[in-house]
Amino acid sequence: MAEDSQWPLWEVFIQPGGAAPHEHAGSVHAVDAEQALQNARDVYARRGEGINIWVVPTAAITASTPEDMGPFFEPGNDKPYRHPQFYKVPRGVKM
Amino acid sequence: MDSTKATAAQTPEDGKRNAEFEARIARGETIEPKDWMPDRYRRQLVRMMSQHAHSEIVGMLPEGNWITRAPTLRRKMGLLAKVQDEAGHGLYIYCGTETLGVDREELVTQLLNGTAKYSSIFNYPTLTWADIGAIGWLVDGAAIVNQTMLAKASYGPYARAMIRICKEENFHKKQGFEIMTTLAGGTPAQHRMAQDALDRWWWPSLMMFGPHDKDSPNSEEMTKWGVKRKSNDELRQRFINLTVSQAKAIGLEIPDPQMRFNEATQNWDIGPIDWDEFWRVVKGDGPCNRERLAARNKAHAEGEWVRVAASAHAEKRRGKTEAA
Repeated sequence: MAEDSQWPLWEVFIQPGGAAPHEHAGSVHAVDAEQALQNARDVYARRGEGINIWVVPTAAITASTPEDMGPFFEPGNDKPYRHPQFYKVPRGVKM
Repeated sequence: MDSTKATAAQTPEDGKRNAEFEARIARGETIEPKDWMPDRYRRQLVRMMSQHAHSEIVGMLPEGNWITRAPTLRRKMGLLAKVQDEAGHGLYIYCGTETLGVDREELVTQLLNGTAKYSSIFNYPTLTWADIGAIGWLVDGAAIVNQTMLAKASYGPYARAMIRICKEENFHKKQGFEIMTTLAGGTPAQHRMAQDALDRWWWPSLMMFGPHDKDSPNSEEMTKWGVKRKSNDELRQRFINLTVSQAKAIGLEIPDPQMRFNEATQNWDIGPIDWDEFWRVVKGDGPCNRERLAARNKAHAEGEWVRVAASAHAEKRRGKTEAA
């Protein structure tokens, strides 16, 4: 069956250039990391879309779950003092 | 795969989740792979997305037929790049479908054994070089109208694949229209060739949008769930309105004696579509249904050695790494 199998799944992240971070593009099937990189280039970067590609075995990714979304992100939601708008500046002073 | 489970009787819990899901759709939120979704939403998406992916893959065949016979190197490079894009588009959508818990292998098997559907347009033959122009202009043009709508679909991975595809497909349409423009403005024989291609591809292109709204069983549900944002007839009309002036601009005639501009609606009204032909081709009796499947199976079988070699190579490298 190995010959006809679709091979493991890899997630593809492409860095578009400039100072931008890698961004998820999609996934590819490949027999190993090297082939995953080549497939990722052929599938997701046919028009110079990137300057760097990461491929990661899909199974190696740990993601937060949608069910926990509320409580998981809660600590960041109730702290307005982490934003610049929270602080007062005397009138006429340019920051 | 979740979708093989029979839909169990609705529990109060299911009812609540369903209501929450529909509220999310109503708020215009995007549904992501790990979010809870009704089983039917998942199954309908697998059906729609896999048919779409198969269409991209089978869509390579009518055009691949002309790569070696393209009239100039410029045309050949353009066509090669376009056909390669179609392979990429098929892979984007297979990858999106896999996020719903189905394996690509399973989908490919369904395509190869003839149980999967794909767009009927690809069951028509490409008889002359002008057909390559007509496909880029009309078939990709129709696909862009449809896919621009799907780029706002409620399912995130599908929408994202459509955004990527739409960006690339404008080139497909323009390369097709350039071919048609050149032929239409060429010798009388070339002009006739362009007109003949338009005559043969016009009606099948209009059928690409699917049956009229009243005869489209899946439309209502897909619209309710925000997968489709416009109806088959609305999209078809948009395509017609765009295309009529393009045909005029290059001196070709739309093969519809009943076509009239409707001042009241500002739309081009068309004559009746031959739905008997549509259903005949959908059900497997189009001019090239068998040929397409045979070509796909042949290509898959002939790629066997590549898959075997890649597996063997990877195996060997793994052995070396472990030994080191």
